[in-house]
Amino acid sequence: MLMRLLRNLSKDKLAMTSLAVIVIIVAAGIFAPWCAPHDPEEVNMKLRYASSSWGYWLGNDHLGRCVLSRLIYGIRPSVLWVLVALMMSVLLGAIVGFIAGYFKGKTDAWIMRVCDVMLSFPGYVMTLAVVGILGAGLEHILIAFVVMKWAWFARVIRTSVMQFSEMEYVKFAKASGIGSFRIITKHIVPVTFADVAVIASGSMCSMMLQISGLSFLGLGIQAPHAEWGMMLNEAREVMFSRPELMLAPGLAIVIVVSAFNFLSDALQIALNPKLMTSKGKLRKKEVGKTVYEYSRG
Amino acid sequence: MLKVDGIEKSYKQDGLFSKQRQQVLKKVAFECKQGECLGIIGESGSGKSTLGRLILGIEKPDRGRILFEGKNVNDRRVRMGSISAVFQNYTSSINPFLTVEEAIMEPLKAQEKVKADMQSKVDTLLHQVGLDSSYRLKYPHELSGGEAQRVCIARALSTEPRCIVFDEAISSLDVSVQIQVLRLLKELKQLYQMSYVFITHDIQVAAYICDRVIIFRDGQIEEMVPIEQLKDVQSVYARRLLTYLITFQVEDQG
Repeated sequence: MLMRLLRNLSKDKLAMTSLAVIVIIVAAGIFAPWCAPHDPEEVNMKLRYASSSWGYWLGNDHLGRCVLSRLIYGIRPSVLWVLVALMMSVLLGAIVGFIAGYFKGKTDAWIMRVCDVMLSFPGYVMTLAVVGILGAGLEHILIAFVVMKWAWFARVIRTSVMQFSEMEYVKFAKASGIGSFRIITKHIVPVTFADVAVIASGSMCSMMLQISGLSFLGLGIQAPHAEWGMMLNEAREVMFSRPELMLAPGLAIVIVVSAFNFLSDALQIALNPKLMTSKGKLRKKEVGKTVYEYSRG
Repeated sequence: MLKVDGIEKSYKQDGLFSKQRQQVLKKVAFECKQGECLGIIGESGSGKSTLGRLILGIEKPDRGRILFEGKNVNDRRVRMGSISAVFQNYTSSINPFLTVEEAIMEPLKAQEKVKADMQSKVDTLLHQVGLDSSYRLKYPHELSGGEAQRVCIARALSTEPRCIVFDEAISSLDVSVQIQVLRLLKELKQLYQMSYVFITHDIQVAAYICDRVIIFRDGQIEEMVPIEQLKDVQSVYARRLLTYLITFQVEDQG
């Protein structure tokens, strides 16, 4: 399944570029201490607002800290922790959504009413409320995200599950006495996976922007630690005299968000089962052959 | 063998708090014997597909029981390997992610009767439904309607069930393919000694394959006749159905 997905994706250049960007950024985030040229929290007032040099590729900020190192360390809260929160809320939403969509009836009605209650709170306000109660900090924002987002995922996944559980191959599986768990894992998860992947990567973008937004407001990660939204906030005072300080984290956010968006589009296409053929390999050989003959002639 | 005992089914009509229910099946009772082909004929909306779903244990009746060899079909262990089904819509009848081979082996795998000769079993089944072994690795979207329906029949046969429910199984195929599939079903019935429950709106098809037909209307059994006496049906509704058919044939010839 994974191999086939990669094979289908490899035909799409934009998707491969996006995937490469994401992989590189995630790797850089995980191995930040080895990738970053300097300590991101090392203050050096002599280099205050220094422009880019061989030692500091992206220059230094208002405390003389290395912008590149802060950018690399900032991947951890801005991308990696968001990914973790996303996975948790998708997992929770998927479990609830699968139960509601597959068993329908009363179970579905109760679960959906709970989701309605969760969805009737405005997201930003709830996040602010959670931060207000638990105090500022990245973990609290992530908790608020998981609490707020799972209902939305549950709702979307339920719709998709409902649609596919009406399919006749599911009816056949039920009729021939196959258990619910097996039907869900074998027949419903693969067909709904495309939908789940697309909505997950889509909301990855909105979550990243929200975390950056909240950090920009000073509610997210706390001061000396690096985070992209906070870097934007710190550069705000010198927005007109030193715009390049805003450019680095801004561009980083734009690049990662676009990469996730492009990848989600490409995933939707690559997961289409109609791309699979019994003669896939054969066709490739034929294509290769004709090209060869053409170039020879 | 298959005994339907006074079942009733109603569905809730729209609205969360609505108490109104639409009665779809009213006190339906009949029996299907070993090796018999029982036709259920009715117009669309008469509740015959609901009856099919209840027999297959996909839904539960509100009242009454459906017994297969004395055991309730709601228990999936009773159905497993003994009852099978072929449905109408061939475009959604096979999981798009499975090859023909995987789809046919699915009910066998569920039974945990995985044997070394599974490959040859798939080949035999494909040959029996008139397809060759090159179809094994094809995906559903590479099959035509008739081929997909044959694969569904092969899949239904794989566990050698004693009863197969056909819910409008050939209605979406074109006429020439319909005849081929019907012939095939007749041969297979002889071969495996199975019972068929054949749900259809087409009297001609029922007359060709069934031993006995139930004429179904508004969720009730209007009449039950052996196929030889189909011309002598008593009820008004059944007579009208037959006259429609006759005029249709006359127009056809003229």
